[in-house]
Amino acid sequence: MIRIENISKMYKTKTGGFLALDNVSLNVEKGDIYGVIGLSGAGKSTLVRCINLLERPTEGKVFIEGQEITAMDEKDLRKIRQSLGMIFQDFNLLMQRNVLDNIKFPLEIAKTDKKTAEKRAEDLLKLVGLEEKSNSYPAQLSGGQKQRVAIARALANNPKVLLCDEATSALDPVTTLSILNLLKDINEKLGVTIIIITHEMKVVETICNKVAVIESARIVKDGLTKDLINHFEEVNQ
Amino acid sequence: MSLLTEFSDILIKGTLDSLYMIFASTFFSYLFGLPLGIALVVTGDNHIMPAKHVNRVLETVVNIVRSVPFIILIIAVMPFTRMVAGTSIGPKAAIVALVIGATPFVARLVESSLKEVDKGIIEAATSMGCSKFEIIYKVMVPESMPSLIMGASITTITLVGYSAMAGVLGGGGLGDIAIRYGYYRYEGELMVVTIILLVAIVQGIQVIGNKWSKKINHLN
Ligand SMILES: Nc1ncnc2c1ncn2[C@@H]1O[C@H](COP(=O)(O)OP(=O)(O)OP(=O)(O)O)[C@@H](O)[C@H]1O
Ligand SMILES: [Mg+2]
Repeated sequence: MIRIENISKMYKTKTGGFLALDNVSLNVEKGDIYGVIGLSGAGKSTLVRCINLLERPTEGKVFIEGQEITAMDEKDLRKIRQSLGMIFQDFNLLMQRNVLDNIKFPLEIAKTDKKTAEKRAEDLLKLVGLEEKSNSYPAQLSGGQKQRVAIARALANNPKVLLCDEATSALDPVTTLSILNLLKDINEKLGVTIIIITHEMKVVETICNKVAVIESARIVKDGLTKDLINHFEEVNQ
Repeated sequence: MSLLTEFSDILIKGTLDSLYMIFASTFFSYLFGLPLGIALVVTGDNHIMPAKHVNRVLETVVNIVRSVPFIILIIAVMPFTRMVAGTSIGPKAAIVALVIGATPFVARLVESSLKEVDKGIIEAATSMGCSKFEIIYKVMVPESMPSLIMGASITTITLVGYSAMAGVLGGGGLGDIAIRYGYYRYEGELMVVTIILLVAIVQGIQVIGNKWSKKINHLN
């Protein structure tokens, strides 16, 4: 589904450069909920942002369903991005659009006709359990509700993959659990492959079937969550 | 108030000329200033169309025009004004100078409004497959609309002052009346009346701007 081959990312800085990813490879299969865990500054966000090329790796290749996106032109890249939903720690909703119009936004970009878009947005709102908030504006929602809207928006174009960068880090434990359950549902019912960036062990244990541990720009361990539990316990201490 | 009846025709024409200058120049300043302001933002470092050299040229042009005092600018651009408006006196001519003076001002206001749009929102839009133009007109502009409207009312009010100055230099309107009758002919009361009219225009614009901006803002 997603194949990352030997990518490195060097950020340009005033003092020269900073290597945020050092020859990283990762293979995510269809249906996975793949966790990427590590300490702050390890390079997690950089890695996930290299998957939809919000950040371009300085070296290496990224494949989505066998297509090398690192070799695509602008136009094809925009198209493929529509099949890669993404959610963020601070939600990034459009503040001047109401909930329904936020969900419709990616459909507008994909030039979906108005009627279909309306219907789709309403269905998604139901999926994330926020029907009654359809006319509210983001400023009127709680963090958990905002993230639900963001998830609905990310799902609008039926993506094959959902990228989550610290999607629950701004939320309390109860809300976190409800969002994680929603993600699990989405994975099971809609068959969406999910990549979850987090610094919380709990998140990985709760929903990830696979996990990669990233430490100062490198993946130091990866595999099935259940096989790596021991390693985590060391990290935890 | 015999004065008012005596000069009512002049005052009405002056007010209409002033309003015409103010709103026409606001319109054209935005026609040029809005794209310029957008260009200033998007060509900046780390924005959606980084272009160092273009950005530097735009910055320089804006700064140069902005640093020329308006009263001097009016005179300096007179040959150009004559070329565009066919004359260097009257409201039409004044508009040319007003637009040249206000465009860089508008560009700066637009720039600061657009810079308030959270980087994360632009990033989210990129991740959804938005093109750069879609990011500009579907994200940056609508998201900063309340602030853009406040900017437009600041611009219009600034142009009230500028248009009075242009009036003094032959542009017509209330500024012209104030100087011609109030100053040269010692009709102090008439000067007071023009000032009251200018204050009323400014107040009106400010109130409308504030209300409108507030009405469409969903940020809180
Ligand atoms: N645009 C940039 N320019 C220079 N350095 C950067 C840039 N973005 C990130 N970095 C650096 O790259 C490293 C990895 O950053 P990244 O955001 O991927 O970390 P992270 O693992 O997501 O951390 P966190 O858990 O705090 O979000 C950090 O040391 C950071 O300072
Ligand atoms: Mg991060």
